[in-house]
Amino acid sequence: MNELPLALDLMIATLMVAGALFALVGAFGLVKLSDFMKRLHGPTKATTLGVGFSLLASIAWFVWSGQSTGRELLVTLFVFITAPVSAHLLVKAALHSGSQALPPQVPKRPERPDA
Amino acid sequence: MITAAVLPFVAGAFGLALLLAVYRLVVGPAPVDRVLALDTMYVNAMALLIVVGITLGDAVYFEAALLIALFGFISTVAASRYLLRGSVVE
Repeated sequence: MNELPLALDLMIATLMVAGALFALVGAFGLVKLSDFMKRLHGPTKATTLGVGFSLLASIAWFVWSGQSTGRELLVTLFVFITAPVSAHLLVKAALHSGSQALPPQVPKRPERPDA
Repeated sequence: MITAAVLPFVAGAFGLALLLAVYRLVVGPAPVDRVLALDTMYVNAMALLIVVGITLGDAVYFEAALLIALFGFISTVAASRYLLRGSVVE
């Protein structure tokens, strides 16, 4: 296989690294955050963005190498359409399943000592 | 070639993300958390497959990624409908 041009190589490498970092941050948020509504943010935003970046990189790579068949575009479209739908369904399930998964109450305004 | 040098790091990051999702799958606590962890896992597994496809230079892996995306979405929908209604198909 012949070498990638430097600019394309840099672009693909940057997109891959950015995608991996976003996915890692999303999964870290899934583990670290305190209740379900907060945890939902990690996978549905960061991870989807991360996978989107790596799919973009793979589209560039496969178009360059001449093996592109349009499947990678199909995967990208599918991921970006279905991720919000499944997140919405999960929120509905969490709201239905009761107080364990509900967000905490909005805190009252803190008392100001001078007022 | 920069991409080839970077690919092991990328695969490691996606693998670590997968392991973190497995932790959430095991720990829970609510059933919805486990479904969300499964959702994250299939997205990360798909990304890992794409990295493997680029490493080996083979576009066949996209078919596997497409299948994982399809079945993952359907299973997430089915699981959250089960949690919501108590049955998948009425």
